[in-house]
Amino acid sequence: MADYHAMWESLGMDVKTHDLLCEALPGAFGDVYLSQENRPEGMDYFNMVVAEIHGIRPAELVEHKKNGGKVVGTFCIHVPDEIPIAAGAIATGLCSGSQFWVPGGEKKLPAATCPLIKASLGARFDRTCPFFRLADLFVGETTCDGKKKAWEILAEDAPMYIMDIPQMKRPKDYEHWEDEIHGYLKRCEELTGNKVTPANLRAAIKLLNNKRKALQRLAEFRKLDNIPISGKDVLLITQIAFYDDPARITAQINKLCDELDERAKNNVSVFKKGAKRILLTGTPLSIPNWKLHHLIETLGGAVVCEEMCTGIRYYEKCVDESGSTIDEMIKHLTERYMGAIHCACFTPNFERIDDIKRLAKEYKADGVIDVNLKFCNIYDTEGYFVERELNNAGIPVLGIETDYTDQDAEQLKTRIGAFIEMLGN
Amino acid sequence: MLFAGIDIGSTAAKAVLMSEDKREIVARNLMPSGWNSRETAERLLSWLMSLGYSRDDIRIIATGYGRVSVPYADSTLTEITCHGKGAAFLGGDDLTVIDIGGQDTKVIIIKNSRVIDFVMNDKCSAGTGKFLEVMANRMGLTLPEFFALAEHGKDIKISSMCTVFAESEIVSLMGLGTPREDIACGAVGSVVSKVATLVSKKASSGKYYLTGGFCESPLLIRKLSETLGSEVFTTPDARFAGAIGAALLGK
Repeated sequence: MADYHAMWESLGMDVKTHDLLCEALPGAFGDVYLSQENRPEGMDYFNMVVAEIHGIRPAELVEHKKNGGKVVGTFCIHVPDEIPIAAGAIATGLCSGSQFWVPGGEKKLPAATCPLIKASLGARFDRTCPFFRLADLFVGETTCDGKKKAWEILAEDAPMYIMDIPQMKRPKDYEHWEDEIHGYLKRCEELTGNKVTPANLRAAIKLLNNKRKALQRLAEFRKLDNIPISGKDVLLITQIAFYDDPARITAQINKLCDELDERAKNNVSVFKKGAKRILLTGTPLSIPNWKLHHLIETLGGAVVCEEMCTGIRYYEKCVDESGSTIDEMIKHLTERYMGAIHCACFTPNFERIDDIKRLAKEYKADGVIDVNLKFCNIYDTEGYFVERELNNAGIPVLGIETDYTDQDAEQLKTRIGAFIEMLGN
Repeated sequence: MLFAGIDIGSTAAKAVLMSEDKREIVARNLMPSGWNSRETAERLLSWLMSLGYSRDDIRIIATGYGRVSVPYADSTLTEITCHGKGAAFLGGDDLTVIDIGGQDTKVIIIKNSRVIDFVMNDKCSAGTGKFLEVMANRMGLTLPEFFALAEHGKDIKISSMCTVFAESEIVSLMGLGTPREDIACGAVGSVVSKVATLVSKKASSGKYYLTGGFCESPLLIRKLSETLGSEVFTTPDARFAGAIGAALLGK
């Protein structure tokens, strides 16, 4: 790995503490990823991006900023990346998936806060993530109480912009979100000094639709009886899609899919025959949270789909490209970013249950695992309906609650192992 | 070919040897898991061999928390699958199995002798054998002594769900001069109410059937039956349910 210490120093990072993270990651990645057999060659690009996760891409952002460009960091898939991109900024996901940052977040937040929020604040306040140093604007949203209040604390150190996501999906709520996106556009124009033109916005919509289409193309392989790529590899690609250059990752995913086309023709599977097909649903799995996929796939399961923010919700639907004015395009963005994402922050949210049932069928899942990040009240509560409705539909379901630590690995092994045994008997 | 099941739990290690037709239990053995699962597993193997069979005559399946520490096992299965199978062997094809273990408690729904659903307690020892073990230790009693006392106690409320907090609550109760039998009775009631909550999370199937180390604790069985509003069945062999299930699932 190249030496990025000078860059990290210049970003004001706590380099010594950050070195601990850099030392831990290769081991974890090796155990979970590089140990897999028969991986597609097209994964090489993604391996490299992860190996230098705090190097390659941050260096590109530094370069962009040197030329006067801006970086906008986001925490939620309801927030449209098309807007900052159309304003000439680089958009990057900031959600944090490592226990490494959690204690830092706990210095400021109640212990009973979900690990994703704690890790995100820890990454900023401990100065141990370059992306949290590079963002010129941090876009928070009001999807849950934990986040909403955490942004107030984050705002003491970082330039925040808050978008108010509605909690229902009535016509007036769509109007509200549309209005919020207009406000976001204005804020991004102020930040970059660039006027968003219809041509720029149209190009940004196309750019991100292409990324979605590539991810959808990748997901299609998981519907096959012989699945040519592991679930954890697809998870990794999805996680990287949140912060990598959109055009480049689109090309890399498509290149990988060309290889998978060949594999599919020859009925190549990376899983043993009879592996139980698992659909995951629930809270997001931010990089480097690979724990559940790793457990499931080492216990004889195959993760075939994630009904999660780091999954189907991120890429399944495209934005309507027919708009010609800014107003029309923002209307289409609203439809996609509010209408097509079924987060538990909405009430009611039965569309999500319908999605889970539909996806279980499309991906021929043998069972569903409903994952809840500890202290995520909304997904935890919605688990009641998820379990009941899947039971009614005759689809086996296992609910689990976990966090970013490995302390429950043995208990999870028993639960997930028993679930997979149950699906097989 | 005979079939043996080895169930290394967090507290007790169980082994059974079953006949070729898997209809009867030929031999059973129970010992504390101790501090070294691997050593315990070796002792169980020596015991099996002492029964007069050669290793090649027996198919061995390991289960339980310590299943990874049974290097000689032909295969391993989780304790949920095994407890379900073993309970069905002992109690019938449709059951709501309640397994109160040393460190976790599980409810397993059995239909047509198959596991169709299950739920386990979270990362917490409330509602498990560990809870009662800690309380008995705090009162300077063995578990059998603790249960004997509890039989004569009044049902007082132990309000702390957390084992650590409940332990300090018990210290306060002892300080106040609350009779030990009442405290013991209250502790059993606390476990029962936690277990009943877990049971209520799943749609039950057939009769309730208790497995695990408390299968010979009349007080706990009585209280559990009262709380669930339906008789809880069990048998002394129910502590071997995991090992029996493992043996039955041997191929």
